Amino acid sequence: MSEITELGVKAIRDGVAGGEFTAREVAEAFNANVAAAAEALNAFIVATPDKAMEAAEKVDADRAAGKPLGKMAGVPIGMKDLFATQGVQTTAASHILEGFVPEYESTVSQKLWDAGAGMLGKLNLDQFAMGSSNETSYFGNVASPWRRSGGDNAVLAPGGSSGGSSAAVAARLCPAATGTDTGGSIRQPAAFTGITGIKPTYGRCSRWGVVAFASSLDQAGPMARSVEDCAIMLEAMAGFDPKDSTSLDLPVPEWSASLDADLKGKKVGIPREYRMEGTDEEILQSWDQGIAWLKDAGADVVDITLPHTKYALPAYYIIAPAEASSNLARYDGVRYGLRELPEGANLQEMYAATRAAGFGDEVKRRILIGTYVLSAGFYDAYYTQAQKVRALIARDFEKAWAECDVILAPTTPTAAFALGDKVDDPLAMYLNDVFSVPASLAGLPAMSVPAGLNSDGLPLGLQVIGKAFDEQGVLNAGLAIEQRAGFTAKPEKWW
Amino acid sequence: MSVTRETVAKIASLARIRMGEDELDRMVPELNSILDWVEQLGEVDVSGVEPMTAVIPQQLRLRDDVVDADPLTGGGVRDKVLANAPAAEHGFFGVPKVIE
Repeated sequence: MSEITELGVKAIRDGVAGGEFTAREVAEAFNANVAAAAEALNAFIVATPDKAMEAAEKVDADRAAGKPLGKMAGVPIGMKDLFATQGVQTTAASHILEGFVPEYESTVSQKLWDAGAGMLGKLNLDQFAMGSSNETSYFGNVASPWRRSGGDNAVLAPGGSSGGSSAAVAARLCPAATGTDTGGSIRQPAAFTGITGIKPTYGRCSRWGVVAFASSLDQAGPMARSVEDCAIMLEAMAGFDPKDSTSLDLPVPEWSASLDADLKGKKVGIPREYRMEGTDEEILQSWDQGIAWLKDAGADVVDITLPHTKYALPAYYIIAPAEASSNLARYDGVRYGLRELPEGANLQEMYAATRAAGFGDEVKRRILIGTYVLSAGFYDAYYTQAQKVRALIARDFEKAWAECDVILAPTTPTAAFALGDKVDDPLAMYLNDVFSVPASLAGLPAMSVPAGLNSDGLPLGLQVIGKAFDEQGVLNAGLAIEQRAGFTAKPEKWW
Repeated sequence: MSVTRETVAKIASLARIRMGEDELDRMVPELNSILDWVEQLGEVDVSGVEPMTAVIPQQLRLRDDVVDADPLTGGGVRDKVLANAPAAEHGFFGVPKVIE
């Protein structure tokens, strides 16, 4: 059965529909891989093999009855533990939500189940999606399945915050997984683990039932092993939802059916400000390679300028913590989650004790930064200034679209680093998102596609950024890269 | 602008996060290094620029004025609302005494 777990979303869906194998066989195979990797990779906080089997049996029964099958029929997936799942613990990898069992289902996960997908389990992540290495989870680090070549057995970061998702997809524990991206949390882990992931335009996927981090930035998206699989899964996830006030009231295009890697007549912008000091030489080489691939696909390559790029990261680290400090005020030990009630404590003391015990260091750090930049006397100097800079960053992209259709850039400044390397230096960790944050601030669709391996045998990703609502343009350029990169490398199994 | 230990203690209290002496000692330099770094935003010329209020321009919708139009966000779900409460009694959230 081992070969089934090498298949992607489309191959599994078509195989089930065509009777090559049953959905039950698929679920069994992936359940076995999830169980076998539980200890070594720690990609899942909770495994739900029964849920996967139940969904599979329904698909098999529907097929036998001749009923129409959904876009994701028979495909078992991993669900980032930021999506509320009815009857299944949902923690955001935090202690404060440990044991929280939602009474309702998030819109995105419900849409995936309605499309015939099944749930293998809830995937580990950085606590409240705050982190770039999956080292802030209350439930332990996730190990990347990748190791450097040459016998160095250092445990590498799977990226973050969707680190359980990236590790699980790369290690063949699931053919695809949900991710969420606030400043790069789909793209950076995808790049670190040699998989593909897309953050759609802000508002494409409903935020209803997704644990909120920074609401003006949070956006869900698929992580899988091919551009086409991402396109199929995004179709199932996206769509208008009246329960999310920022949900886009637009039809969902048939992205997968319209995939076209011929880029003749398309212009690809290369932003000169992304050639930053400190970027790894091999990353720059892979960027040059990507440019050559897109030319080969028929595109014209033009130099563009995004002058405020340098300020995106500091603006993000004001805006995101500010929103987080507000969003996370709801964790008070009263309505759900942890309660710490020291002997004789009053209500205010209970709040403070609960939040002290329930939040990890990085979450506390961001709540404090956010509280500070929103406080009286500092609001204009920090928060208003950051929102003005954010407007300028969005304007930079607007101007660039006069000259190009999509933008090509690296996803990350380096390949995966070892766990422990940056965890004591918050700023060094933040700098990992330098290439992914600008598109987040502007709400634009952006994806990471594997480009190749570096000299240490680790994957490198290329990022395609598109105009608002033009996921198709992003996916098409991603497909052109995928076809030319021919990326088939996979981590050697050690777990 | 750098923050003092007293400022961090004040922010922690505003954010309702209890912090011990050791934790405050750790947080002060960490927050200062982050705040020093975001200071660079001050050098951007933002004259005439309006702060962003919506990343994708959209109109806020009004829902139809119908009771329980969507059962997921409608009423009549008291027990579900209370299901995850650390202390729920008689159909209410339980909290420590707030009036002396």
